[in-house]
Amino acid sequence: MAQASSRPVPVPSPRTQPFWDGCARDELLLQRCKSCHIYWHPPSPLCPNCLSNDYEWTPASGRGTVYTFSVVHHAFGHAWEPLVPYVLAVIELAEGPRMLSNVVDVPPDAVRIGMDVAVIFQPVSETISLPLFRPVAS
Amino acid sequence: MNSIKGQYAIVGVGESDVGKRGSRPGVTVMDLDLEAGVRAIRDSGLRKEDIDGVIARGPQSNYSAVLAGCLGLPPRHYICDVGLSGSASATMILNAVAALHAGFCTSVLCMNGSVGGDEGGGGGEGVRGGWVHDLSQPFGQLGAPTGYSLLARRHMHEYGTTSEQFGAIAVACRKHASLNSNASYRTPITLEDHQNSRMIADPFRLLDCCPSTVAAGAVIITSAERARDLPNKPVYLLGLGHCNTHSDGQYAPNMTTVAMRDASQRAYEMAGLGPKDVDFANLYDCFTYAALVTLEDYGFCKKGEGGAFVENGRIELGGELPLNTGGGLLSQGHASGFLHITESATQLRGAAGERQVADAKIGIVSGQCGTLGINACLLLGNEPG
Ligand SMILES: [Zn+2]
Repeated sequence: MAQASSRPVPVPSPRTQPFWDGCARDELLLQRCKSCHIYWHPPSPLCPNCLSNDYEWTPASGRGTVYTFSVVHHAFGHAWEPLVPYVLAVIELAEGPRMLSNVVDVPPDAVRIGMDVAVIFQPVSETISLPLFRPVAS
Repeated sequence: MNSIKGQYAIVGVGESDVGKRGSRPGVTVMDLDLEAGVRAIRDSGLRKEDIDGVIARGPQSNYSAVLAGCLGLPPRHYICDVGLSGSASATMILNAVAALHAGFCTSVLCMNGSVGGDEGGGGGEGVRGGWVHDLSQPFGQLGAPTGYSLLARRHMHEYGTTSEQFGAIAVACRKHASLNSNASYRTPITLEDHQNSRMIADPFRLLDCCPSTVAAGAVIITSAERARDLPNKPVYLLGLGHCNTHSDGQYAPNMTTVAMRDASQRAYEMAGLGPKDVDFANLYDCFTYAALVTLEDYGFCKKGEGGAFVENGRIELGGELPLNTGGGLLSQGHASGFLHITESATQLRGAAGERQVADAKIGIVSGQCGTLGINACLLLGNEPG
């Protein structure tokens, strides 16, 4: 994968700011309901199970498996030209929720559904680190 | 269920002239919608003074009112702007029937079109999923192909579906477009052409992705009773179904059985029909895989067998279930799926010329968006039931 500086930098919303603040500290945070204890992602104002808004941002294990993926060959915008081909993937986290990310540190043609992965954090600006995933032994 | 089966009909059909992106320099979505709308009005035999409902999808929130004004319609009693991108066209038909059945109005004009890249098809650079923009765009989920390719890959994993099987859909759509003078891409392609087309978002190749086009469609819907006094053969609405399972494919609770299943079940139930009764299918095909999974969830084959179903010409004209008889989004034009509705009406009138499905009595239409999470299903027939 090409150098990090060419990647577009996400602009957090008030709803996602705590998630990105966690990434900046190398922590993968998920919202967790204090009433029914489920985790969810992407961030939303309510527990989708019991509708409580009493939740806390909870560090996740950072472990998961590749649920599905795409090897993107077409650069959708100039910023992506040095990055193709890249692996866009849906990671099923150990805590349950699914998260969109990239699988890195592995040739794209070696990525498989079901592959065990763990999070790494790649700084892309002073305040933003991207949570990416790389293969690990199961 | 409160069945509206056979009580309402499409009585006017219009398509804009369609073409590849850039084929009509300076043309806007409004130009295209009005071109299709005027053709639908003229085709219907109604006076424009008879049209008291307008449904559209456009670049501003009062767009239906803007179009009504441009058409010089009398004061309207129902106008509605529909979101839902690719599901909008079929959803408009549900909304029109609901408005007619509630007595809000008596005749509804529905219009929808798109110009060039605004539909986010192959090569588009638009960003999907605004509410999770910062959780998708930085990872390279850009344009529509990336999102749908994730679901297609999962289907391949679970059921062994192949790229060649996706290709069979692209080939069939192009074959049908070659017989349609109002289609954008008419030169036939082979499976080899599909396999040789460049990879966009693996498993999607270029020919799995609908191209950018300029296109719009329009229909007028009124009561079956009023339809009997009009010059063209009415196309009856027999069953309508809607379902929403997710908003963004990456978070779909189930990536391979999607909104189409329950939407079609409701439509079949309303119509008292099943997949075996359907003579042709015009299914939303922003990507080949979208049509394939819809064939499964609409019950034309078992779950997971869509790949085998589309092989060997079964979905081509003359086959068991002709698919996307006008060429579909993949080869006719995008128009957010509206041309699936106009094409189905044309088939059921027996007016499709060279591409006419023999003895067509029942057709099914799918409109979808939300990476297969939002579906509107229409069952149309040439008799009220
Ligand atoms: Zn809860």
